[in-house]
Amino acid sequence: MRTYQADKFDIAVIGAGHAGIEAALAGARLGCSTAIFTINMDAVGNCPCNPSIGGTAKGHLVREIDALGGEMGKTADESFLQMRMLNRGKGPAVHSLRAQIDRLKYASIMKHKLELQENLQLRQAEITSIVQTDNEEYPWEITTRMGAVHQVKKVIIATGTYLGGRIFVGEVSYEGGPDGTFAATQLGESLKNLGLPLRRFKTGTPARVLRSSIDFSELSEQTGDEPPEPFSFETDNMGENSVVCHISWTNENTKKVIQDNIHRSPLYGGMIEGVGPRYCPSLEDKIVRFPDKERHQLFIEPCGLDTEEMYLQGMSSSLPEEVQLEFYHTIKGLEKAVIMRPAYAIEYDCVDPLAMTATLEFKDFKGLYGAGQFNGSSGYEEAAAQGLVAGVNAALSIKGEEPLILERSGSYIGTLIDDLITKGTAEPYRMMTSRSEYRLVLRQDNADKRLTPIGRKIGLVTDARWERFKNKQEAIKNELHRVRKTTLSPTDELNAILVSRETSPVTTGVTLGDLLRRPQISYADLESVDINRPNLSRSVMEQVEIEIKYEGYIKKQMDRVEQMQRMQKKTLPENIDYTQISGLRLEAQEKLQKIRPRDISQASRISGVSPADVSVLIIWLTRHNRGKTEGDAR
Amino acid sequence: MSEKTIAAISTAQGQGGIGIIRISGEDAIKIGDRVFCAVSGKTLSESQGYRAHYGKVVEDGEMLDEVVAVVYRAPHSYTGEDVVELCCHGGLYITRQILRTVLSQGAVLAEPGEFTKRAFLNEKMDLTEAQAVMDIISAQSRQAARAAISTRTGALSRRIESIVDELVTLVAHFVAWADYPEEDIPEITDEALTRTFSSVKERINELLRDYEKGQAIIRGIDTVIAGRPNVGKSTLMNLLSGYDKSIVTEIPGTTRDVVEETVIVGDVTLRLSDTAGLRDTDNIVEKIGVDRTRERLSSCALVLAVFDFSQELTDEDIELLGSVGDVPVIAIINKTDLTQKLDYKYIEDKIKHVVYISAKNGSGKDQLEEIIATVSGTKDFDPSVGILSGERQRQAASKALSSVIDAENALLSGFSYDAVTVCVEDAIDHLLSLTGENSSDVVLDEMFHTFCVGK
Repeated sequence: MRTYQADKFDIAVIGAGHAGIEAALAGARLGCSTAIFTINMDAVGNCPCNPSIGGTAKGHLVREIDALGGEMGKTADESFLQMRMLNRGKGPAVHSLRAQIDRLKYASIMKHKLELQENLQLRQAEITSIVQTDNEEYPWEITTRMGAVHQVKKVIIATGTYLGGRIFVGEVSYEGGPDGTFAATQLGESLKNLGLPLRRFKTGTPARVLRSSIDFSELSEQTGDEPPEPFSFETDNMGENSVVCHISWTNENTKKVIQDNIHRSPLYGGMIEGVGPRYCPSLEDKIVRFPDKERHQLFIEPCGLDTEEMYLQGMSSSLPEEVQLEFYHTIKGLEKAVIMRPAYAIEYDCVDPLAMTATLEFKDFKGLYGAGQFNGSSGYEEAAAQGLVAGVNAALSIKGEEPLILERSGSYIGTLIDDLITKGTAEPYRMMTSRSEYRLVLRQDNADKRLTPIGRKIGLVTDARWERFKNKQEAIKNELHRVRKTTLSPTDELNAILVSRETSPVTTGVTLGDLLRRPQISYADLESVDINRPNLSRSVMEQVEIEIKYEGYIKKQMDRVEQMQRMQKKTLPENIDYTQISGLRLEAQEKLQKIRPRDISQASRISGVSPADVSVLIIWLTRHNRGKTEGDAR
Repeated sequence: MSEKTIAAISTAQGQGGIGIIRISGEDAIKIGDRVFCAVSGKTLSESQGYRAHYGKVVEDGEMLDEVVAVVYRAPHSYTGEDVVELCCHGGLYITRQILRTVLSQGAVLAEPGEFTKRAFLNEKMDLTEAQAVMDIISAQSRQAARAAISTRTGALSRRIESIVDELVTLVAHFVAWADYPEEDIPEITDEALTRTFSSVKERINELLRDYEKGQAIIRGIDTVIAGRPNVGKSTLMNLLSGYDKSIVTEIPGTTRDVVEETVIVGDVTLRLSDTAGLRDTDNIVEKIGVDRTRERLSSCALVLAVFDFSQELTDEDIELLGSVGDVPVIAIINKTDLTQKLDYKYIEDKIKHVVYISAKNGSGKDQLEEIIATVSGTKDFDPSVGILSGERQRQAASKALSSVIDAENALLSGFSYDAVTVCVEDAIDHLLSLTGENSSDVVLDEMFHTFCVGK
């Protein structure tokens, strides 16, 4: 094929989905000339599955992305249709913010932000090859389908489900990307030639149906929180909730239609080889795996204000179109539903993330990074989080600065990446609150506290935001001090409050802090007796209350964090030959050789590495380090 | 060093002359002071080190043993850290009791080879010795792994797994409920949690009790023979042990000190202490013996209270009947070969287990064996149910128990379920540390198995 030399960039991002966008914005904002390539200019920032951002654990990720200086939270705030805080009443560790968004508005805002970003070029082009060259300054060469060859310093692969994408609807199957786009058909071959460990994963999405064909009259409604709470620390003016969602249920008839037609499912017919996620099963999966369950819930969610497409959350399927129509029609409210887009399954190429380090750079390919579904994850938020980390690291590396490695004990993003690169994943990886052993510390409400200083250090947090952040933290500190020092007398008024909250009255003076420590007593309860209470924002009060109430449990988790951090300080050199360390068991040698952990703490999390192997490693490391200094002295 | 403070028995496991419990790390001296009271009244923190301090190890105000404590200050110690060594009276039972007290005061049990490892890390050893250290750890851990494997395939493993299952079911439910709030997952109720907690607590307690019973069988039950002078305690002891140990004379108060002897009665091993009587006396030496008897009566695991069939009840007999508290006790009415003068009804009213023997001619010995087996709980003890082996496993089970208690307390005081679950997860982690699995993976597998979640 004829090619031509096109422009050079510091960073090239392949794919303009949620991972690619954060990667490109971060790279450009940190001063690197960046190009972001999309296979279709109208698919930038697309949400090909549910029209929503956030949800359990994902809401944590969005807040963390925001604290580090990413874009997802702000754009979700600008395009939200309905906002809800999930899990109120189940404890602060599992509170999660979820937004229904206008997916077209979300995509167009994101695309516009890319277009306006200094240092950033948004291009429509399918990348067909990535090649490593001898050029020291620009070691990578990427080629477009049109023959443009770009020399670049860093490449970030964020191909989502486009790479080798294949669509399945019943017996029908063809090469294709999400939402009727083309698949990237040539790049996979190039990556295999490079030597990346590729494999096939699968995911799917339900049908979109026409709003006017749904009978909402007997369906229950789900409304948003009033007032709606923003994702972003910087959003001051949240709009209003503007839509409601509806809930319906499948029934025995739905089950029968699916059972009668299960042989026509490509998954059960053996046509799909890719591994699908357990947490995102198709309706036929649910019915096959849980045959005794009488009904399954579905949510009917609007896709936007300027469209009549409705998303059927919970009803993804890869059965033939006519079977989909038949089973949707068994569901109350959907009896006459008109399908605008059928449900489909999509199979795609992705990489084994064990081949990467915590910066999301490939161990064996300096300057090559991966993010998002390409890394074996699932979900917009998981993708955006990795995109941000990959983009920041590509830029920091170009600038010769220390890499950004987020600790498992400091963020969900760190947990996500650590899980991927240490344990690997056998199915598309979804973030869940249960993945974090530190979840009382890593709450969505304190994401700003945990990560804004890191975002500031990287250079993605503006002066104005930093000032505001410091003021908030100062206010929290002062209020914590005041609350611990202020003593209330055992007045009748106070005791009346305590008794009304079903907790014991007091006979002597008691501090506000001691009262707040009682699970039954909230900050708001004490307003009338706390006469010197300063005027504080809701978020400051929230922090003070949680910090005090959960102090004992938080401390327990912090002890574990410290324990881990001690082990993190013992870093392992990159080039260790683990097969030469006698005393390590064979299984441990093999695993360590493959994963090449950066420190003892990561090594200890690898399955197959026992505590004794860890001890042997510590001794080896000490001898290695001591040997080096003694050697130097001679 | 910011490593944890570790402790272990550092003498060979067995009935040696002395036992040494070694504590090493930042808090070694602090922990030493929490368990050791010097006769001089000085604390170990005040000690300059490298000097022997005579005193006793106490737990909950009770003396476990007389020991000699030696303090080594960092870096001039074997490990290069602060080290305290407690030298006690041999026997495994006592050494383990002391170790357990030390662990309960904040030390963690040392890993195989860990003292040596620390010695190396703190540059107390030459680089050339590193390989040897690695080999030691490797070999010891392989040995431990073999033991663990036999545990895994065995009854113990099934027992632990079924406890873990109960907790995992609970956490999986919470995870499904919290991570999939929009699915129709059944609500978690306080009642269900409370039920699980009390069931799990009972089962872990059972594990710990069986461990103690197992230990009792292996190590012997700490048994005291008590009774006023000359009721035939020494003869009884000789009958049980088969040869003369105590001096048997006709003069009351001959046995002035606690004499230890390990005897096997039927299937039960008893670590017998013969004691001086409870006689009111002016003789200073004898008085010390009497005080000691009283102390032992409340700290031992079994009391054999001996009475004389041929004598009337004395004040001292009555005092003995009154001074046995919660400790299981067997009343042995001796000298049935002589004419009865004893008001044995009085004793039978006070003590549940009474046996009549003649230590002199050996009659009643079988009944005694039978009763000892019953009272010590070894009669219905079945080792095939799976028993925790070793201090490390006991510690893991006991930590799991306290995490479950934390979870229960969080629930009772009204904390949200996330705080409760964090404690339950700690409990699972402790139990799984026995089998080497990862709790997060186990929980997620269970959740996807049980609940139909996902969209």
